[in-house]
Amino acid sequence: MGEMEQLRKEAESLKDQITAARKAVQDSTLQEAAAGITVVGRIQMKTRKTLRGHLAKIYAMHWSTDSKLCVSASQDGKLIVWDSVTTNKVNAIPLKSSWVMTCAYAPSGNLVACGGLDNMCSIYNLKGKDGNVKVMRELAAHTGYLSCCRFISDTEIITSSGDCTCILWDIETGTQKTVFAGHQGDCMSLAVAPDFKCFISGACDFTAKLWDIREGTCRQTFGGHESDVNAIGFFPNGNAVITGSDDATLKLFDLRADQELITYQDSSIMCGVTSLAPSLSGRLLLAGYDDFNVNIWDMLKAERVGKYMWKLYIPLENGRKVDPAEDSEGSCRVAAGTEH
Amino acid sequence: MTINTLAKGGLHREQMSCFRKMEKVIVAMQDPDMGMKMRNQRLLITVIPHAMTGQDVITWLIQKYHISEEEALHLGEMLVRYGYIYPLKEPRCLVLRPDESPYRFQTPYFWTSTRWPATELDYAIHLAKKNIRKQGELMEYEKERYSQLHKRINHTWDFVVMQAREQLRASKQRRKADRIVLECQEQAYWLINRPPPGVQNMLDWALERPNNFSTQVPLNSDYYKSEIETSRRALGRNRVKSSVCLEGFIKYSEQYQNHDPIMQGCLPSNPWISDDIAYWTMNSEIVPVPTRLRVERWSFRFMELLSDAMGRREFMTYLEKEFSAENLHFWQACEEIRHGESSKIVEKVEDVYKNFLAPGAARWVNIDSKTMDKTLEGIKWPHRFVMDDAQMHIYFLMKKDSYPRYLKSDLYKNMLAKAVVPQETKKSVFPFMRRQRHSSPSPAQASAQAAEEDGRAGTNSAAGSHF
Repeated sequence: MGEMEQLRKEAESLKDQITAARKAVQDSTLQEAAAGITVVGRIQMKTRKTLRGHLAKIYAMHWSTDSKLCVSASQDGKLIVWDSVTTNKVNAIPLKSSWVMTCAYAPSGNLVACGGLDNMCSIYNLKGKDGNVKVMRELAAHTGYLSCCRFISDTEIITSSGDCTCILWDIETGTQKTVFAGHQGDCMSLAVAPDFKCFISGACDFTAKLWDIREGTCRQTFGGHESDVNAIGFFPNGNAVITGSDDATLKLFDLRADQELITYQDSSIMCGVTSLAPSLSGRLLLAGYDDFNVNIWDMLKAERVGKYMWKLYIPLENGRKVDPAEDSEGSCRVAAGTEH
Repeated sequence: MTINTLAKGGLHREQMSCFRKMEKVIVAMQDPDMGMKMRNQRLLITVIPHAMTGQDVITWLIQKYHISEEEALHLGEMLVRYGYIYPLKEPRCLVLRPDESPYRFQTPYFWTSTRWPATELDYAIHLAKKNIRKQGELMEYEKERYSQLHKRINHTWDFVVMQAREQLRASKQRRKADRIVLECQEQAYWLINRPPPGVQNMLDWALERPNNFSTQVPLNSDYYKSEIETSRRALGRNRVKSSVCLEGFIKYSEQYQNHDPIMQGCLPSNPWISDDIAYWTMNSEIVPVPTRLRVERWSFRFMELLSDAMGRREFMTYLEKEFSAENLHFWQACEEIRHGESSKIVEKVEDVYKNFLAPGAARWVNIDSKTMDKTLEGIKWPHRFVMDDAQMHIYFLMKKDSYPRYLKSDLYKNMLAKAVVPQETKKSVFPFMRRQRHSSPSPAQASAQAAEEDGRAGTNSAAGSHF
């Protein structure tokens, strides 16, 4: 027992030293740094497109890199690829399991993936020879639901799961290459870095972790949230992680300073963040909340500059399919955001 | 402060706030002055007072909130599906028909938010009443549930039957019209709170997410040892001052502001507003002449240049003039190994070795001896990341040396000069163009409408501000 007590004390003391080291580099606050900038003027949002066709809750959607196509997954058991400009359905893919919770579009535009309570990530080839969209791979190894998946290329995909791990898969062989374990709660979302060398995950243990894809290790852990981290994304320059949580705040963690630098909160906001997306320049942050609103934050001033209220519902709006309990608004907005 | 989304014994907070919003609409609808005009509706031979048609509902919503018909239909449907308005004809079909179909407001007594949660006891009484009133009136699934309940709460069954009989007796003393209304209301309530099989449960919400991390990890010496290991590594990391980091974000945002369509709009026009996809066409991967903004971005950082296919092409042309094109070829070949198919890795690594690393190779790249040794060793067991160090070396070589020179070169300057700046397309003035869809001003923002659109940096006209 004596040994364990010693170890515990040592672990604790190291943690304190880390806290002190972090504090030591806190030589400025956001207010000071951004004092010279004016707040962005009020932003108004309008519905531009409505994509209709799903028959049940839409749990997730993801834009293609061309900003025109997007894929959405609904619990009516369908994965639909939309041409958002014409609002036509390009593909309607029937799923084996209707309990889908996430979907992703490959950067190449050739593949889409989805998964959910079946604990699997299913990959579909959109550009098959005979024109039919078929299941290409079923990646099964997780022991919990699939909460998020993101392609790195046509050959690699990363998934996050309710079993508290993330996995990097080789799509070609359908096998898992690396398991990223360390979170102590369900992993809810993930985002890949712009340089594809690492990725971040947010989990129900209130933390976000930065993982090295090649090494399979956790490089950094960011705590500070007081509830589940539901949404996560990179600041466009790849130097910071933005997280959205059930504690009604969003936080920006700088990778180089190894700590939280900015919190986006407002006393009038009492419900959790379900999704987020920064604009192309990183000046604006769009965040979707549980009360069906989207708040637009000035990232450098930490002030709200706009709000899009769904009023009562959020079936399909602005190319954004949001289910009351779920999200995707932000991610849709960003591509929508990067283009306008 | 931890926000608990599940209020004790209540609806999830997010759902409750939605119910409150719906209730506001419902109350407004019944306002004596500004609300809906209601009339008597005939249902077979009975006249039901205070009813309205589906079309009435939609028209009122359109007028009150200045929304389109499509949106009003959707909004109205939500009100029906959550039980605030119920149909008199075909009560089991919870849709809002935009025609003469009669509807009625649900009494607040039966609002989902009022009687939450719907109890088994109440459901049993409801089914018992139906059963007693008319034998065989229960549907198949109701019969099943009835017998299940009978088993589960058998101990209070006498109470259930007694209550059912009492309520039936009391209702017999009402006027027929009232009785029908009450039955409809009750039925509507149960259709929402105990939906028939196959019908979507509107009160369904997402998965429970248990945070059982306190029980998962055993706090033994192994755990602490790994914690110490991780902490030691973390302590050793270099931390950058927060002022520098924040400055970095500010600079980045400023640099990219003109390139951010939300902030500055985009030329020739925002495709989502004008339905003209010229903006995307002009910026597709390979075009005869790139846009000026795009060429400008190449000068922001090296990765911008490298991740743009046209940028790479231009840079390659420049490197060829400098006789150092092998660097870029090498870098690209390494990328293909990193992100390509696993089955091709061995073959690709061999190719790279032959072309770039072997002594006397046609496109030999200049890597420092330490990295070269390490890479050659690694090639014996090729894997996806075997070229990482060498690739990184060449990347930095290009970045520090060739890239800055490229930006100063005539090649780049000419590209910038002939890059196209699209003309802003004028907003069409034809009245018969596509109908503008406006999102209705939300009730909460009505008061805040005043302080809008001031202090917007940059352009404030057509392309960017409204989206």
